[in-house]
Amino acid sequence: MIRYLGKRIIFMLISLFLIVTATFFIMKAVPGGPFTSEKQVPPEIKAALEAKYKLNLPLHEQYFEYLKGVVTWDLGPSFTEKSSTVNDMISRGFPVSAHLGAQALLLAIFGGITLGVIAALNHNKWQDYSAMVIAVLGLSVPSFILASFYQYIFAIQLGWFPIAKWEGFEYTILPSLALAASPMAFIARLTRSNMIEVMGQDYIKTAKAKGLHTVAITVKHAIRNALLPVVTYLGPLIAGILTGAFVIERIFGVPGLGREFVLSITNRDYTVIMGTTVFYSIILVVMILIVDIAYTLVDPRIKLSDAGKE
Amino acid sequence: MQNLTKEHFEPISVDLRQAEAIKRPSLSFWSDVWRRMRMNKVAMASMIFIVALIVCAIVVPWLTPQDYFTTDLAGKNKKPSAEHWFGTDDLGRDVFERIWYGARISLQVGLAAAFIDLIIGVIWGGLAGFYGGRVDEIMMRIADILFAIPYLLVVILLMVVLEPGVGTIIIALTITGWIGMARIVRGQILQLKNQEFVLAARSLGADANRLIFKHLIPNALGPIIVTLSLTVPSAIFAESFLSFIGLGVSAPIASWGTMSNEGLPAMKYYPWRLTFPAIFISMTILAFNLFGDGLRDAVDPRLRK
Repeated sequence: MIRYLGKRIIFMLISLFLIVTATFFIMKAVPGGPFTSEKQVPPEIKAALEAKYKLNLPLHEQYFEYLKGVVTWDLGPSFTEKSSTVNDMISRGFPVSAHLGAQALLLAIFGGITLGVIAALNHNKWQDYSAMVIAVLGLSVPSFILASFYQYIFAIQLGWFPIAKWEGFEYTILPSLALAASPMAFIARLTRSNMIEVMGQDYIKTAKAKGLHTVAITVKHAIRNALLPVVTYLGPLIAGILTGAFVIERIFGVPGLGREFVLSITNRDYTVIMGTTVFYSIILVVMILIVDIAYTLVDPRIKLSDAGKE
Repeated sequence: MQNLTKEHFEPISVDLRQAEAIKRPSLSFWSDVWRRMRMNKVAMASMIFIVALIVCAIVVPWLTPQDYFTTDLAGKNKKPSAEHWFGTDDLGRDVFERIWYGARISLQVGLAAAFIDLIIGVIWGGLAGFYGGRVDEIMMRIADILFAIPYLLVVILLMVVLEPGVGTIIIALTITGWIGMARIVRGQILQLKNQEFVLAARSLGADANRLIFKHLIPNALGPIIVTLSLTVPSAIFAESFLSFIGLGVSAPIASWGTMSNEGLPAMKYYPWRLTFPAIFISMTILAFNLFGDGLRDAVDPRLRK
């Protein structure tokens, strides 16, 4: 266990190091610095600014400075929003994003499992077909289209929910639904196929033969085994929800980190792009590690030493 | 009752050699796949839709008098009509025309990205699976590390830096996109390489190159093609996602993502500017997904659930 963990953490650190390095050099390769503008700045001011942001150092020293910054969790200033640093932006935006993400995550997991179980229990009946139609649609319609569709129907036409902004619970519903749609569809499909497989197993027949109620069979015997593959999907799921939030937050005007990220791309605010990329990568890589560990804890049949090899 | 004499019986001549002859045409693996595929109406409908889409994307911009970039400020935001089937946008450009140019972009990106993923993935996974041991360990570790980097973040980062354009999108999408294919190929090769036909080929003196590309890969084609067909919709999705957040192709080139992006603020008053690109993106991804699902069921009926 400890050996496996150590190995995983080392690989995780290598991944993160690569991400930070790649981000740094990609951003430095962009022609023009942050102070390139149409206005002629006096050379003294430019030099002072560059000294302030340490841009006058040679590239490798800047790189080590940046690495040091990442390790000590100081991601540098923002170039377009002069008053705030990347750290400020993350601590401002991330709680909102996390709230939205958590809501979407719960919705996706519970909605997806419910749909999948209903479909599997009514295999080849209308419930199954309609659940799978919903799932295929959820997988095929991009979230940004779904989001604008929700806005049009539920906010503009029906007026049930506010169209945008982030001021209370009713503001969170449409974005969460839009964000949760495609992972929910994926989970529904996964759950359904696993449930169908599990329901055909002998121990389910035994449970039926000894006269257990359908509910008991489903809940106690079938779902637990059918859900194992769903746990492996949690890692990619979290990644999907984090990146999916880029557009959803933009469409619904949610003041989260995703919108900040997209804005920084539009403004070409390189330190913010760098900082948020690094931040997102850390979260994702750590989440995926946690999910993998959780998976081995949930399913005792998997030996940790073999798990890394597939 | 009549007496039955020997004359009443005569041998029907049966040629035993004929009885052994195979009357039906023998089905190869792929004709079997095609037979199963034809029974799946949804997959066939998707295939017809995809073919029609490709043909239209090539043909329609030729046949129609309008083009995708001519602006007409007097006739902006017009409703769908006989002249402009899907209406016009905020610069008076014909939406119908832009949709088909967008189809070209989406299909180019989807097919090219899938094809490049295929080539890199097959070579990488094939070598790793075939040689095994150390080589496999190192190659798959590299893939694992690259895979841990969130896909869309890499793509976004590259798009920020590189010149925007179709080629850039394809490069950005394939830079980590091949890993899924490499894993599938490696898994297949690992399964196949200990079978007798490989041993037979080996004992006839086939070298590694021939073994991998003439014997192992062709036998793994089923899963490879299924993965390929499911890469296309995800690449099309990624392209529209990038264009939607303003990182895709630049104006005046039309892409479904940029069209949706521009149509979004006008949704309340000019819904057609969002509706048509939205419908086309969704239908295309849907068709490719359903086709891929159908293909998977046809290639390996055991997987059907």
